[in-house]
Amino acid sequence: MATSDKEPVDLSVAMVTDPAPLADWLVIAPLVFGMIVGSLLLMVRKDTRLQPYIAIPGLVVLVVIAAALLAHVVISGPVTMTMGRWLPPFGISFTVDILGALLTLTAAIAALAGGIYGAGDVNNSGRRYGFYPFLFLMMVGVSGAFLTGDIFNLYVWFEVLLIASFGLLILGSERGQIDGATKYAFLNLVATTFFLIATGYLYGIFGTLNMADIAIKAKTMEEKAPLVTLLSLYFLAFGMKAAAFPVNFWLPASYHTPRVVVSALFAGLLTKVGVYAFMRVAFVLFPAERDILGWVIASIAAVTMILGAMGALAQTDFRRLLGYLVISGIGIMFAGIALASPDGVSATIFYAVHSMIVMTALYLASGLAARASGGFSIAGSGGIYTTHPFLAAVTLILFFAVSGLPPFSGLWPKVILVKASLDVGAWWLAGAVLLSGFLTTIAVGRVWVLSYWRPAPAGTGDEQDAENLNPLIDYAPLVLLTAIVVALGVFPQQVLELSQTGTEQLLNPIDYIRSVFPSGGEQ
Amino acid sequence: MRTLIFRTVAPYLSSLMVLFSVFVLLRGHNEPGGGFIGGLIAASAFAIYGIACGVSPVRRALYFHPMGISGAGLLMASVAGLLSVFSGVPFMTGLWLYVPIFREELALSTVLLFDVGVYFVVVGAITSIALALEEREGD
Amino acid sequence: MEVPMAFLVAIFFAVSIYLFLSKHIIRILLGAAILSNAVNLLIFTSGRLTREIPPILSADGPVEGVLTANPLPQALILTAIVIAFSFFAFLLVLAYRAYQELDTDDTEEMRFAEPEEQKLPPLGY
Repeated sequence: MATSDKEPVDLSVAMVTDPAPLADWLVIAPLVFGMIVGSLLLMVRKDTRLQPYIAIPGLVVLVVIAAALLAHVVISGPVTMTMGRWLPPFGISFTVDILGALLTLTAAIAALAGGIYGAGDVNNSGRRYGFYPFLFLMMVGVSGAFLTGDIFNLYVWFEVLLIASFGLLILGSERGQIDGATKYAFLNLVATTFFLIATGYLYGIFGTLNMADIAIKAKTMEEKAPLVTLLSLYFLAFGMKAAAFPVNFWLPASYHTPRVVVSALFAGLLTKVGVYAFMRVAFVLFPAERDILGWVIASIAAVTMILGAMGALAQTDFRRLLGYLVISGIGIMFAGIALASPDGVSATIFYAVHSMIVMTALYLASGLAARASGGFSIAGSGGIYTTHPFLAAVTLILFFAVSGLPPFSGLWPKVILVKASLDVGAWWLAGAVLLSGFLTTIAVGRVWVLSYWRPAPAGTGDEQDAENLNPLIDYAPLVLLTAIVVALGVFPQQVLELSQTGTEQLLNPIDYIRSVFPSGGEQ
Repeated sequence: MRTLIFRTVAPYLSSLMVLFSVFVLLRGHNEPGGGFIGGLIAASAFAIYGIACGVSPVRRALYFHPMGISGAGLLMASVAGLLSVFSGVPFMTGLWLYVPIFREELALSTVLLFDVGVYFVVVGAITSIALALEEREGD
Repeated sequence: MEVPMAFLVAIFFAVSIYLFLSKHIIRILLGAAILSNAVNLLIFTSGRLTREIPPILSADGPVEGVLTANPLPQALILTAIVIAFSFFAFLLVLAYRAYQELDTDDTEEMRFAEPEEQKLPPLGY
């Protein structure tokens, strides 16, 4: 930078001078594309008939982009693009490894299912209120969180998805929704504030926000105490976002209030962003400190998965029951993070993919079941098996998958996780995983027996408010997701390999750092 | 609130504020100012007009729905970042174009486009919140 | 300069936590506003305080012994202020709507999403 006004400034000191290859644009393509489609939808908000015709093809393209990004990352390793040509760590970097790309793809698929379902489920006033624009805005936030390589930028994407989720949450403006939204909004505000506090301290310690840069500097840091404090703060913040015990209370208070499709998207996407962010912080930024906190994470994971399943047992409302199952799944993901062995972490990644798909599908199924039998209460409904046998069959598959029974997608991550915990001698963690699976089986078994299997209770049978379900709009997303659940269960090889490679990149982030700093941070 | 004096002054005050907001927006490149603060000034102009003359005249005067305006702003901002794909530099890199007009050089840039986009996003979002609050107060 | 700032941040946090412990939405809302200011001050302080120096390098780049302010915390705070502002606006509308629709701003009476008396699940088949 030592130049006077007359000499030309040497740009290569501060700026990227190599041209950006076109393939690297895939890194930010999900964001830019989502923003453009979202803004177009915002501009045609009044035209409620047109919106699904823009939104659904848009979501299909988003899935294609995310798949292309995943393929690019698998072929050429972690990819970085730094905004505005400034050299990292001064420019904001977007760095994608397999974990981020895989979760982006899964999120896009779940959003596609939600978008199609929303065409039937969200009425005109909901569309005018902005269901589709908010959906795209939330996808921008979710993909941004998965793709960014800058911790403050991660905070910004958290806020983007939070604002969008507020909009989705109060779409109908009913009393229950406003009640749920109030609790959701305040508690999530507290969670993101913890995130911001931790990031402020982090900046005070390291003077940088680029995650790869922090990873390099944290390795050479002698004093462990501040970093352990930082990681605990992050654990609290992301645990709250992910609804881990004991900061899970906002989830059962709000997830059953909005429209079914909104609940489905929230259950599929939002809590997993918290898990992802914690994985990124724990493994890339502070691996040594994570080892110190391992037993804390493990015990919280065990309590979360068992209390989630027990909460599910106590519910009579189908959707609230599913809310507790989301919490139970979060516990299982944190168990893999606590183990930190390659097997454990790959189980977490696999389980995150499984959980995103299956929880979205279950909420969609609960919506169809409610429309078929007239309500979400499992005490008052029944006989879906006779009136809608196809829906019942699909739901049974999803019930098997969520409890981790073969041959569906829930089985493999749980098997790997149990084996990984036994490998390190954590028999109680393995026991907790199995116990939570058992309790989940009982909980969903009750739903199956009461709402699907038994004949409709007297007094509800003669009501003819059961709607006919549209095979294309209502069933297509459910069938799409269930097909993935079955495929993941029968042919787990592909995703398993991806999660294993993703785990390698995460546990030994040298490729991740190299992609940001070609010298590998050695200087 | 709706006194005669306020109602008489409000249209002039609002138009002056909108003009000032554009000035702040354009000034923002090298001096304090910019899209965000400009947008806030414009939004408060519409809010004042709404307090004085009611919400529906504001909506009529804006013609487009505020959320539509912020959608257009978001589109402009994303396109401004995207333009750099054509010159092979990363996303959001500022590109400059110097257009000579009357012996002066007019500097057009993607940064300016981005800032204008931010301006519209802020105007749309804040105006729609302000109008929603005022509407409830009225009835 | 950092030490008195740290105490100021602590006071802000204490006030906001006290307000957060209230039952009334409007106080929680004020607590949220103060909390965001506390965090902003925290970031500002952790970026090291320098007095009356602009964050601009001279044409010769960084010079030994000449201080420049750190611009990054200011950029971070600016972003955080914008976000906190939009949050506050949204929460204000939400709290107002909640007060209108639910006729209460007491969180203990807001039991519409989670009714207090739930029907027991069927105990037999």
